[in-house]
Amino acid sequence: MFVLATAAVLFALLLAVIRAIRGPTVFDRVLAGNMVGTLAILLLAAIGFLTGRPEFLDIGLTYGLLNLIGTFAVLKFFRHGDLAYDVDVDKEGKAWK
Amino acid sequence: MEVIADAVSWVLISLGSFFLVVGAIGLLRMPDVYTRMHAASVIETLGAMLLILGLVFQAGFTLLALKLLFVIALLFFFGPVASHALAQAALHAGIEPVLAEDRRNREIPTAAPPEPKGKQEGVPSP
Repeated sequence: MFVLATAAVLFALLLAVIRAIRGPTVFDRVLAGNMVGTLAILLLAAIGFLTGRPEFLDIGLTYGLLNLIGTFAVLKFFRHGDLAYDVDVDKEGKAWK
Repeated sequence: MEVIADAVSWVLISLGSFFLVVGAIGLLRMPDVYTRMHAASVIETLGAMLLILGLVFQAGFTLLALKLLFVIALLFFFGPVASHALAQAALHAGIEPVLAEDRRNREIPTAAPPEPKGKQEGVPSP
Protein backbone atom coordinates (compact mmCIF):
# COMPACT_ATOMS: atom_id res chain seq x y z
CA MET A 1 0.00 0.00 0.00
CA PHE A 2 3.01 2.28 0.40
CA VAL A 3 3.68 1.65 -3.27
CA LEU A 4 0.19 2.98 -4.04
CA ALA A 5 0.80 6.11 -1.96
CA THR A 6 4.21 6.68 -3.55
CA ALA A 7 2.78 6.26 -7.05
CA ALA A 8 -0.06 8.71 -6.33
CA VAL A 9 2.37 11.28 -4.91
CA LEU A 10 4.68 10.91 -7.91
CA PHE A 11 1.76 11.34 -10.34
CA ALA A 12 0.57 14.46 -8.51
CA LEU A 13 4.16 15.74 -8.49
CA LEU A 14 4.38 15.29 -12.26
CA LEU A 15 1.18 17.27 -12.85
CA ALA A 16 2.31 20.01 -10.44
CA VAL A 17 5.62 20.33 -12.29
CA ILE A 18 3.76 20.55 -15.61
CA ARG A 19 1.64 23.37 -14.14
CA ALA A 20 4.78 25.10 -12.89
CA ILE A 21 6.26 25.00 -16.37
CA ARG A 22 3.08 25.99 -18.22
CA GLY A 23 1.65 28.46 -15.69
CA PRO A 24 0.76 31.70 -17.46
CA THR A 25 1.26 33.97 -14.45
CA VAL A 26 3.94 33.94 -11.79
CA PHE A 27 1.34 33.09 -9.14
CA ASP A 28 0.53 29.82 -10.89
CA ARG A 29 4.18 28.94 -10.66
CA VAL A 30 4.35 29.92 -6.99
CA LEU A 31 1.25 27.81 -6.30
CA ALA A 32 2.74 24.85 -8.15
CA GLY A 33 6.02 25.28 -6.29
CA ASN A 34 4.18 25.30 -2.99
CA MET A 35 2.38 22.14 -4.06
CA VAL A 36 5.70 20.50 -4.97
CA GLY A 37 6.93 21.26 -1.45
CA THR A 38 3.85 19.73 0.17
CA LEU A 39 4.10 16.67 -2.07
CA ALA A 40 7.79 16.33 -1.26
CA ILE A 41 6.91 15.97 2.43
CA LEU A 42 4.43 13.21 1.55
CA LEU A 43 6.92 11.54 -0.80
CA LEU A 44 9.62 11.51 1.89
CA ALA A 45 7.18 10.02 4.42
CA ALA A 46 5.91 7.37 1.99
CA ILE A 47 9.40 6.39 0.79
CA GLY A 48 10.60 6.23 4.39
CA PHE A 49 7.89 3.71 5.21
CA LEU A 50 8.44 1.90 1.90
CA THR A 51 12.13 1.30 2.52
CA GLY A 52 11.74 0.70 6.26
CA ARG A 53 13.65 3.83 7.22
CA PRO A 54 11.05 6.29 8.56
CA GLU A 55 13.78 8.69 9.69
CA PHE A 56 13.30 10.41 6.34
CA LEU A 57 10.39 12.19 7.99
CA ASP A 58 12.75 14.61 9.75
CA ILE A 59 13.96 15.79 6.35
CA GLY A 60 10.32 16.20 5.35
CA LEU A 61 9.59 18.42 8.35
CA THR A 62 12.56 20.63 7.56
CA TYR A 63 11.49 20.81 3.94
CA GLY A 64 7.99 21.91 4.94
CA LEU A 65 9.28 24.79 7.05
CA LEU A 66 11.69 25.89 4.30
CA ASN A 67 8.86 25.67 1.76
CA LEU A 68 6.72 28.12 3.74
CA ILE A 69 9.58 30.62 4.06
CA GLY A 70 10.38 30.30 0.36
CA THR A 71 6.78 30.87 -0.69
CA PHE A 72 6.52 34.01 1.42
CA ALA A 73 9.84 35.31 0.14
CA VAL A 74 8.79 34.89 -3.49
CA LEU A 75 5.37 36.43 -2.88
CA LYS A 76 6.82 39.40 -1.05
CA PHE A 77 9.35 39.95 -3.80
CA PHE A 78 6.74 39.93 -6.54
CA ARG A 79 4.39 42.12 -4.55
CA HIS A 80 6.78 44.84 -3.42
CA GLY A 81 9.75 44.27 -5.69
CA ASP A 82 11.97 44.26 -2.63
CA LEU A 83 12.56 41.65 0.05
CA ALA A 84 13.45 44.29 2.65
CA TYR A 85 10.17 46.19 2.21
CA ASP A 86 8.70 47.30 5.54
CA VAL A 87 4.97 48.05 5.65
CA ASP A 88 5.28 50.32 8.69
CA VAL A 89 7.82 52.52 6.95
CA ASP A 90 5.56 53.08 3.95
CA LYS A 91 4.46 56.68 4.64
CA GLU A 92 1.91 56.98 1.88
CA GLY A 93 0.22 53.72 2.80
CA LYS A 94 -0.22 52.89 -0.84
CA ALA A 95 0.77 49.25 -0.60
CA TRP A 96 -1.98 47.93 1.70
CA LYS A 97 -5.31 49.30 0.64
CA MET B 1 -6.08 -5.40 16.79
CA GLU B 2 -3.20 -5.39 14.35
CA VAL B 3 -5.53 -6.34 11.53
CA ILE B 4 -8.00 -3.55 12.35
CA ALA B 5 -5.22 -0.94 12.44
CA ASP B 6 -3.92 -2.25 9.10
CA ALA B 7 -7.38 -2.08 7.53
CA VAL B 8 -8.04 1.47 8.78
CA SER B 9 -4.59 2.50 7.60
CA TRP B 10 -5.19 0.98 4.17
CA VAL B 11 -8.51 2.80 3.76
CA LEU B 12 -7.03 6.13 4.85
CA ILE B 13 -3.99 5.83 2.57
CA SER B 14 -6.17 4.86 -0.40
CA LEU B 15 -8.51 7.81 0.17
CA GLY B 16 -5.55 10.15 0.57
CA SER B 17 -3.99 8.92 -2.67
CA PHE B 18 -7.32 9.36 -4.46
CA PHE B 19 -7.63 12.97 -3.31
CA LEU B 20 -4.00 13.63 -4.23
CA VAL B 21 -4.65 12.54 -7.81
CA VAL B 22 -7.94 14.46 -8.00
CA GLY B 23 -6.34 17.65 -6.70
CA ALA B 24 -3.40 17.32 -9.08
CA ILE B 25 -5.71 16.90 -12.08
CA GLY B 26 -7.64 19.97 -10.92
CA LEU B 27 -4.38 21.88 -10.54
CA LEU B 28 -3.60 21.14 -14.17
CA ARG B 29 -7.03 21.70 -15.71
CA MET B 30 -8.68 24.59 -13.83
CA PRO B 31 -9.02 27.85 -15.80
CA ASP B 32 -7.40 30.53 -13.60
CA VAL B 33 -5.17 30.94 -10.57
CA TYR B 34 -7.96 31.20 -7.98
CA THR B 35 -9.71 28.00 -9.05
CA ARG B 36 -6.32 26.30 -9.18
CA MET B 37 -5.81 27.32 -5.57
CA HIS B 38 -9.13 25.67 -4.79
CA ALA B 39 -7.88 22.44 -6.37
CA ALA B 40 -4.54 22.74 -4.59
CA SER B 41 -6.25 23.08 -1.21
CA VAL B 42 -7.76 19.62 -1.78
CA ILE B 43 -4.22 18.22 -1.97
CA GLU B 44 -3.08 20.19 1.03
CA THR B 45 -5.93 19.32 3.38
CA LEU B 46 -7.75 16.12 2.44
CA GLY B 47 -5.02 14.34 0.47
CA ALA B 48 -2.03 15.05 2.69
CA MET B 49 -3.87 14.72 5.99
CA LEU B 50 -5.61 11.43 5.16
CA LEU B 51 -2.38 9.93 3.82
CA ILE B 52 -0.36 10.95 6.86
CA LEU B 53 -3.13 9.79 9.20
CA GLY B 54 -2.91 6.40 7.51
CA LEU B 55 0.85 6.37 8.12
CA VAL B 56 0.18 7.22 11.79
CA PHE B 57 -1.85 4.02 12.08
CA GLN B 58 1.11 2.14 10.62
CA ALA B 59 3.55 3.72 13.07
CA GLY B 60 1.61 2.92 16.24
CA PHE B 61 2.41 4.59 19.56
CA THR B 62 5.94 5.69 18.74
CA LEU B 63 7.91 8.90 18.37
CA LEU B 64 7.36 8.52 14.64
CA ALA B 65 3.61 8.93 15.07
CA LEU B 66 4.23 12.15 16.99
CA LYS B 67 6.37 13.47 14.17
CA LEU B 68 3.67 12.56 11.66
CA LEU B 69 1.09 14.42 13.76
CA PHE B 70 3.47 17.36 13.81
CA VAL B 71 3.55 17.30 10.01
CA ILE B 72 -0.27 17.37 10.02
CA ALA B 73 -0.22 20.38 12.38
CA LEU B 74 2.29 22.11 10.10
CA LEU B 75 0.09 21.62 7.04
CA PHE B 76 -3.03 22.56 9.01
CA PHE B 77 -1.67 25.92 10.16
CA PHE B 78 0.66 27.00 7.37
CA GLY B 79 -1.31 25.82 4.33
CA PRO B 80 -4.14 28.36 4.74
CA VAL B 81 -1.62 31.11 5.57
CA ALA B 82 0.28 30.47 2.35
CA SER B 83 -2.96 30.28 0.35
CA HIS B 84 -4.16 33.57 1.82
CA ALA B 85 -0.88 35.31 1.02
CA LEU B 86 -0.96 33.92 -2.52
CA ALA B 87 -4.54 35.04 -3.18
CA GLN B 88 -3.86 38.50 -1.74
CA ALA B 89 -0.73 38.90 -3.83
CA ALA B 90 -2.56 37.77 -6.98
CA LEU B 91 -5.44 40.20 -6.34
CA HIS B 92 -2.97 42.99 -5.62
CA ALA B 93 -1.22 42.28 -8.90
CA GLY B 94 -4.51 42.86 -10.70
CA ILE B 95 -5.29 39.35 -11.86
CA GLU B 96 -9.00 39.13 -12.54
CA PRO B 97 -10.86 35.96 -11.66
CA VAL B 98 -12.67 34.25 -14.52
CA LEU B 99 -16.39 34.73 -13.93
CA ALA B 100 -19.32 33.11 -15.69
CA GLU B 101 -21.43 36.21 -14.96
CA ASP B 102 -19.96 39.47 -13.78
CA ARG B 103 -22.32 40.70 -11.09
CA ARG B 104 -20.31 43.72 -10.08
CA ASN B 105 -21.53 45.92 -12.94
CA ARG B 106 -24.90 44.36 -13.57
CA GLU B 107 -27.92 46.31 -14.76
CA ILE B 108 -30.59 46.81 -12.16
CA PRO B 109 -33.75 45.36 -13.73
CA THR B 110 -36.53 47.88 -14.30
CA ALA B 111 -39.37 45.60 -13.26
CA ALA B 112 -37.57 44.86 -10.03
CA PRO B 113 -39.43 43.62 -7.00
CA PRO B 114 -39.79 46.25 -4.25
CA GLU B 115 -36.51 46.96 -2.59
CA PRO B 116 -35.92 45.79 0.93
CA LYS B 117 -35.80 48.38 3.69
CA GLY B 118 -32.62 50.38 3.94
CA LYS B 119 -30.03 51.12 1.35
CA GLN B 120 -29.24 48.29 -0.97
CA GLU B 121 -25.60 47.42 -0.57
CA GLY B 122 -23.18 45.88 -2.96
CA VAL B 123 -24.61 47.54 -6.07
CA PRO B 124 -22.61 50.58 -7.16
CA SER B 125 -24.67 53.51 -8.37
CA PRO B 126 -24.22 54.15 -12.09
